[in-house]
Amino acid sequence: MLIKNPEQIRASEITPEAIYLDRRRFIQRGIGTALLTAIPASLASAASRYSTTEELTRLKDITRYNNFYEFGTSKGSPGIHAGALSTHPWSITVSGACEHPGNYDLADLIKAAEVEERIYRLRCVEAWSMVIPWQGVPMGKILKRFAPTSKARYVAFRTLLRPAEMPGQRRDILPWPYREGLRMDEAMHPLTLIATGLYGKPLPNQNGAPIRLVVPWKYGFKSIKSIVSIEFTESEPPTTWNLQGPDHYGFYANVNPAVDHPRWSQKKERRIGDIFKRPTLPFNGYAKEVASLYTGMDLRKHY
Amino acid sequence: MSALLPWLDETAHMYTPLKAIVFITALVPLALGIWDGFHDALGANLVEEITFRSGRWTLRFLLITLAITPLRKCTGWSGVVRLRRMLGLYAFFYACLHFTTWLWLEQFFSWADILEDLGKRRYILVGFGTFLLLLPLALTSTHGMQKRLGGGRWKQLHQLIYLAAGTALLHFFWLTKADYRDPLIYLCVLTSLYILRLPALEPWITRLRSRLKPPTTRG
Ligand code: HEM
Repeated sequence: MLIKNPEQIRASEITPEAIYLDRRRFIQRGIGTALLTAIPASLASAASRYSTTEELTRLKDITRYNNFYEFGTSKGSPGIHAGALSTHPWSITVSGACEHPGNYDLADLIKAAEVEERIYRLRCVEAWSMVIPWQGVPMGKILKRFAPTSKARYVAFRTLLRPAEMPGQRRDILPWPYREGLRMDEAMHPLTLIATGLYGKPLPNQNGAPIRLVVPWKYGFKSIKSIVSIEFTESEPPTTWNLQGPDHYGFYANVNPAVDHPRWSQKKERRIGDIFKRPTLPFNGYAKEVASLYTGMDLRKHY
Repeated sequence: MSALLPWLDETAHMYTPLKAIVFITALVPLALGIWDGFHDALGANLVEEITFRSGRWTLRFLLITLAITPLRKCTGWSGVVRLRRMLGLYAFFYACLHFTTWLWLEQFFSWADILEDLGKRRYILVGFGTFLLLLPLALTSTHGMQKRLGGGRWKQLHQLIYLAAGTALLHFFWLTKADYRDPLIYLCVLTSLYILRLPALEPWITRLRSRLKPPTTRG
């Protein structure tokens, strides 16, 4: 794996979206091996078996259409205000039921050599979706290092709280800091990714720099951004949108066309770039991989 | 005749340069929308942006229409009343765009989905109700209909706009997810416009006006 750590990538190395797309086309057709040598090495990763081959959402749309209330509630605000956030240095506090709690520097957590590419569908609870090429590390690999104990049944995450640089946090639209959580088996699932980049570049701030969660079978709000805390807990941790509207947003928040949001139907979604909607798939199309995590659970009750 | 029933005044339907200016200006949001559409400037979610813009302009034109009487009272400029019908029709025009966007681009004319949405979601129902309230006002806005209904009844019917503006705001509040700043601003504007109409305030406004510079008599 040759994708570099965010800090090590210089601006001159950043690959334009067009080249990035071309590279993918070569790979998809399986004829690009010879040509690949001419393309920056940092992008020559093999396609993961978890990646979709659907058409990618434009980088412009991924970086200008964001729900990141820390930078304002309109979709355009994060793209405008997130530039002011400084993400160096960045450390993450690991606590709770594990053998190696502590304060970890980002560079110590994410080893450049482990970073791989995952092209995932992202389904927002607001009935729109994107296809995003993430770079990151399966979260299970990272969590194992902290040696969670048998008491660790859930993992709780928190976003940075820094109102000086996150203007949305100066108003109490949500109970800050943003919190999310997963059940341990969800967190350890090979699909669950800790992302540090997208489109072959370090994560833009508005997409949750420098480090965020990506859980592709759950609504986007579960994929918490700009993480500063990881805590192993015994009981289900409180989560922000669930606190805000318990009957609107559950703890599990698995993509489920059969359970409507009270304000809109979840049966269909608009893929960004499309005009008309397409049907939403159970678990956002990842049912084969994850449905077994929930056998015996009533997903209408545990929405 | 026209002094008793000013809404039957033929001159109210006459062309004036001011009307032409307002007519063109009120099309600017639409023109900007089309321009932005051709220049990839409507954001990632085109349909949502069109819904938002058209919804907001419907609400704004409703408020502008409701501002005409207070404006006349505060400035003494009676000619402004002649703009009211056009402004109200613009509110309806943007409401049609908003509603059509929903019917077509959001629901793709799937009647089952449309009925389900109306039945399940109060903000949709209230939006739809608002549209239904505006519909008879638009249909009876012509000179002929004014005559046919007669001044009193026509006026009574057109008081529905007070209700429509209220339900439009309710629609906005109910669709808002967390940040109530914008609907609150619109609520403040609407409330002020209603308060300025209170008969009890009339002497106060008249006094205030006479203390400020003499009223313009243009129009
Ligand atoms: C005729 C009076 C109406 C007015 C004044 C009005 C006004 C508005 C406003 C101000 C917004 C919010 C825009 C924003 O957040 O930027 C909105 C959104 C919306 N309206 Fe209306 N509306 C009306 C009728 C309708 C009707 C008839 C429907 C459909 C039956 C409808 C469906 C919607 C939908 C789906 C949204 C977007 C909600 C969301 O995605 O959050 N509206 N409207």
